[in-house]
Amino acid sequence: MAEKKTVLVIGGGFSGLTAAVEAAEAGFDAVIVEKNPYLGGRVAQHNKYFWKLCPPTCGLEMNFKRIKNNGNVRFYTLAEVEDIKGEEGNFDVAVKVNPRYVNDKCVGCDACAQACPSYRDNEFNFGMDKTKAAYLPFEQAFPFQYVIDEKSCAPDCKKPCLDACKYNAIDFNMKTETISIKAGAIVMATGWNLYDVSKADNLGFGVVKNVITNMMMERLSAPNGPTKGKIVRPSDGKEVKNIAFVQCAGSRDENHLPYCSYICCLASLKQTTYVREQYPDSKAQIFYIDLRTPGLYEHRFLWKVKDDTNVTLTKGKVAKITEDPETKDVIVEVEDIHAGGKIKATFDMVVLAAGMVPSTRDSRIAADIPLTEEGFVNAPTLKKGIYAVGTLKSPVDVARSAQDATGVVMKSIQSLKSQSLKRR
Amino acid sequence: MEKKFGVYICKGCGIGEAIDIEKLSNVATKDRKIPICKIHDIMCSPEGVQLIKEDIAKEGVNTITIAACSPRVKYDVFDFPSTITERVNIREFVAWMQEPNTEETQSLANDYLTMGIIRTQKGDLPEPNILDNLSNTILVIGGGITGMTAALEAANAGYNVVLVEKEPQLGGFVNKLYKKIPTGEFKEPLIVDTDIDKMIKEVESNPNIKVYKSAKVEKTDGQPGLYDVTISSNPPSPPFPKGGQGGINNSSPGSSETLKIGAIVLAAGWKPYDANKLQHLGYGRFKDVVTNIEFEEMAKRGKIVRPSDGKEVKKVAFIQCAGSRDPNHLPYCSSMCCVTSLKQARYVRQNPEATAMILYKDIRTPGRLEYYYKEAQNDAGVMLTKGDVTGVIDAGNGNLFVEMDNSLLGEKVKVETDLIVLAVGVVPATREPQEYLDGLTKAAAGGDDAKKAYIESTPKPEFILNLSYRQGPEIPSLEGAYGFADSNFICFQYETRRTGIYAAGCVRQPMNMAEAQEDAAGAAFKAIQCVDHVSRGIAVHPRTWDLTFPDPLLIKCTACKRCTEECPFGAIDEDEKGIPYYKINRCRRCGTCMGACPERIVSFKDYSVDIIGSMIKSIESEEDEFRIIALACENDAYPALDTAGINRRQIDPSVRIIPLRCLGGMNLVWVADALSKGIDGMLLLGCKFGENYQCHFVKGSELADYRFGKVGETLNRLQLEAERVQMMQVAISEYDKLPDMINEFVEKVKEIGPNPFKGF
Repeated sequence: MAEKKTVLVIGGGFSGLTAAVEAAEAGFDAVIVEKNPYLGGRVAQHNKYFWKLCPPTCGLEMNFKRIKNNGNVRFYTLAEVEDIKGEEGNFDVAVKVNPRYVNDKCVGCDACAQACPSYRDNEFNFGMDKTKAAYLPFEQAFPFQYVIDEKSCAPDCKKPCLDACKYNAIDFNMKTETISIKAGAIVMATGWNLYDVSKADNLGFGVVKNVITNMMMERLSAPNGPTKGKIVRPSDGKEVKNIAFVQCAGSRDENHLPYCSYICCLASLKQTTYVREQYPDSKAQIFYIDLRTPGLYEHRFLWKVKDDTNVTLTKGKVAKITEDPETKDVIVEVEDIHAGGKIKATFDMVVLAAGMVPSTRDSRIAADIPLTEEGFVNAPTLKKGIYAVGTLKSPVDVARSAQDATGVVMKSIQSLKSQSLKRR
Repeated sequence: MEKKFGVYICKGCGIGEAIDIEKLSNVATKDRKIPICKIHDIMCSPEGVQLIKEDIAKEGVNTITIAACSPRVKYDVFDFPSTITERVNIREFVAWMQEPNTEETQSLANDYLTMGIIRTQKGDLPEPNILDNLSNTILVIGGGITGMTAALEAANAGYNVVLVEKEPQLGGFVNKLYKKIPTGEFKEPLIVDTDIDKMIKEVESNPNIKVYKSAKVEKTDGQPGLYDVTISSNPPSPPFPKGGQGGINNSSPGSSETLKIGAIVLAAGWKPYDANKLQHLGYGRFKDVVTNIEFEEMAKRGKIVRPSDGKEVKKVAFIQCAGSRDPNHLPYCSSMCCVTSLKQARYVRQNPEATAMILYKDIRTPGRLEYYYKEAQNDAGVMLTKGDVTGVIDAGNGNLFVEMDNSLLGEKVKVETDLIVLAVGVVPATREPQEYLDGLTKAAAGGDDAKKAYIESTPKPEFILNLSYRQGPEIPSLEGAYGFADSNFICFQYETRRTGIYAAGCVRQPMNMAEAQEDAAGAAFKAIQCVDHVSRGIAVHPRTWDLTFPDPLLIKCTACKRCTEECPFGAIDEDEKGIPYYKINRCRRCGTCMGACPERIVSFKDYSVDIIGSMIKSIESEEDEFRIIALACENDAYPALDTAGINRRQIDPSVRIIPLRCLGGMNLVWVADALSKGIDGMLLLGCKFGENYQCHFVKGSELADYRFGKVGETLNRLQLEAERVQMMQVAISEYDKLPDMINEFVEKVKEIGPNPFKGF
């Protein structure tokens, strides 16, 4: 009867971790299915949180510790849900588990990576650097276990990793497996992707070298990022002393994302502090439509950033971004909403505050998940016993995701309890 | 339990190449006289683990020290139930961090192993402290939308609920609303019924929910699982609807009742900001300036007319951020007012002749609420204008002018209107009591007379929880939160500073109705999780696995009251003589009381002043040896140090790292012990404190810093330099900087020279 007590959590980002750990600590079994080789999702890629400017890895570490100390949480990495059958109280979920090519004997010693001759684009850093084909996603990754991206292995590779590993941890015979998990309730927490801002061709992403996204900026500022936290521009590695942030890059725009992505104002305000802290003589400018810092954030954060005279906040819609072919500087043309007319300014680098796209828009977990036009989960019409969390319903920040995940656990345990009563 | 010791040393991951394992095992067998000490090439391999399991099964080993990798990894393979298992980190902290095969490296490994063994020798297996007669009834304070939602959620999960509402009817502010915004698609119809009556009926007829109206909490005594909550009601009471537990309380007017409660959801709600303070916006000066709440009531009554002459309105101006986002009033954004005004513009537009104008700083409709804003933009009868409202003046013709600067309509403009609605913000119900109590604390610091004068001169606001806690009757105020009972943590919204009491809705943060209902579910869940943990004798978040608890040897207590004052969670009360009385279910097991106690009498089964002190004292510091001890917070500093090891960063081999549950557990006696024994320096690695603090035990590192301020006395007494001890605030992400910070400190201490107490 174990499945009556089990909550299956799809997605091991902050929402999913919260849901799983909270359910487990209330005495239920939780199973996390995560598509990455590590838990922590988007949060793991962030340098700091707004408004506190504290490191997200602190909360992750606490949740990992809770998992380590609570036998009720199981998790699968490199795993994706393929099909959900059954109904409330009795779901049968098919999960595809992709091969890691590294088994549980891995000790995390790095010998395989050192021996590995092949490289791969590091998607954790949005392709801004490379890792070996045998790699650890990042130093504080959980599980602390290497992965081999077999597709990136050189075709003629003699597999020196096998010899380098003294622990019999590498196994190229691993195959994709499909397992079946029985669960009483399902929590969908597959999170969000960044909007592909190259679709807004006036903003120059992908064409103008020194235009990056806000998520790339997180990696660029992180001590374990591609530049070890040094904020330099992609074209020539020059220190970024004059930076612009373009708000609503895709968001609040009928041609792209009609909704507000909620986090981008606070994220850009936060990122000005990264630059200002690193280079005391730097300048930052934010071009925005409305500055949205709802709640207790106003005085704690917006005002603090505003107090910095080297940060300028300008209400204006960016019309065009181009490159100075010689200097590779970025030229931004803005309609100044307030003063009227046009602003034309040059920056070392420009960050596009790209919006959130629900992960369900491009990959449907299972056939009968009802979605809205924009690809969010249409939560009120979900089948009984299935619940969606956080950014799957509307763009929200980590705090709201954690809040919602806790509330959703309440719904799932109500569901489990009502089903076990029925069956008694 | 009779202890049977075993020590297991791993040679893998470079340990065998960096350390003389033979010498290391001698530390166990010869120095510490451990009968069983086994070495394996890969201790975490199935064969290595089997070795340990066999000793458990055949030799009866139950007290295990594993010298291998960090306890942050391989937790699942080195899991031996019902044993004391101590992990000694000689991989990350020695093999991966130090030059191999030097005397210093060897000595470091030896010391770590010694300390690990001492921990197992001095520590014991925990036995949970489960108190008797526990209640799992959930008390919800506040019968508005948040409180009713919390009550229904807990009841639907099978728990009994007591709901206390101060007004004669449930519903809170929603009762005043004419309509609400639709949830979901934010399209036509743009205003819908609140259906609050249905919800009230659902609550009042739920057999698991007992409702007290016109009632308040007089007293909350006790601790999670064992609260005695006294509720006084003054109801014009309706007859009891039916039999059973639930329904509406039918106690007679003026009655009071004491109930057993397990955990509490605080959903006491909010008040609109006092518009009388907004004279510059015309309130109180002109009859035709009303608040958004008054406007709701007006709409609910029927036609929207001017208060001054009863004329139907044609042109209504909404002034956003009336008080909010203003350092002189509310320095935060109240979150809900933009959407509320967009909704109220619809009320105006029910008369097609009438227009609404919203004057804003920024329109804040985050997420999919943006669609609601778009709908307004598509209506020519709703005008939205950004600008700074500077004042409201008489237009002379019975109308009013709103004066604006920096507006999109021009530099200085006047907007004529026949009714002005002030979008006033949210003040949490917790603010007034908090401010009163903070004032009282401040006054009390000035002596009894000042305290008396304060009490006499200051009107006492209505308290909400009325806790009979030594540290005060309400949830303590949080710096920078302006009276909101927020957690201060982004990752953990319900990390309450009063165990067992979970705030939800606008008392926690400004939020809209839909958000408040989500929040209610989360808080109700934490409340039922709390009663579950209490029933199993486990701590609640963050040490949710911990069965240990502080067990003070009170016979030696001198009633100095430091523990009762410093406990971050108000877990310790006092008797008349000032002797502490632990309310264990309030305790979060951080050990702050252990650190505070000058008599060193507070101990946990596996964590005590003696255990850590003995570990420190075991570190040999001969004439030619240089030794530094780093006490490190286990949540942030320790993983940061571990990560430095993973990155093969070197930290001076003189440094011995000892993890603490929280730096708040740091007892000054350890500093005296260490330095009087010849240890050359000491480092305290804690979390960031102050506003936006990062310590998950509220004040651990801050208290350590406060105690550190007294280190000078100790050092003075020993005639040692104050610079030998340093406190550092470290975040988990600072693993790249931390080795340099520590090495610099070591250099500084080396410059001062060896501790003259060496060899004594």
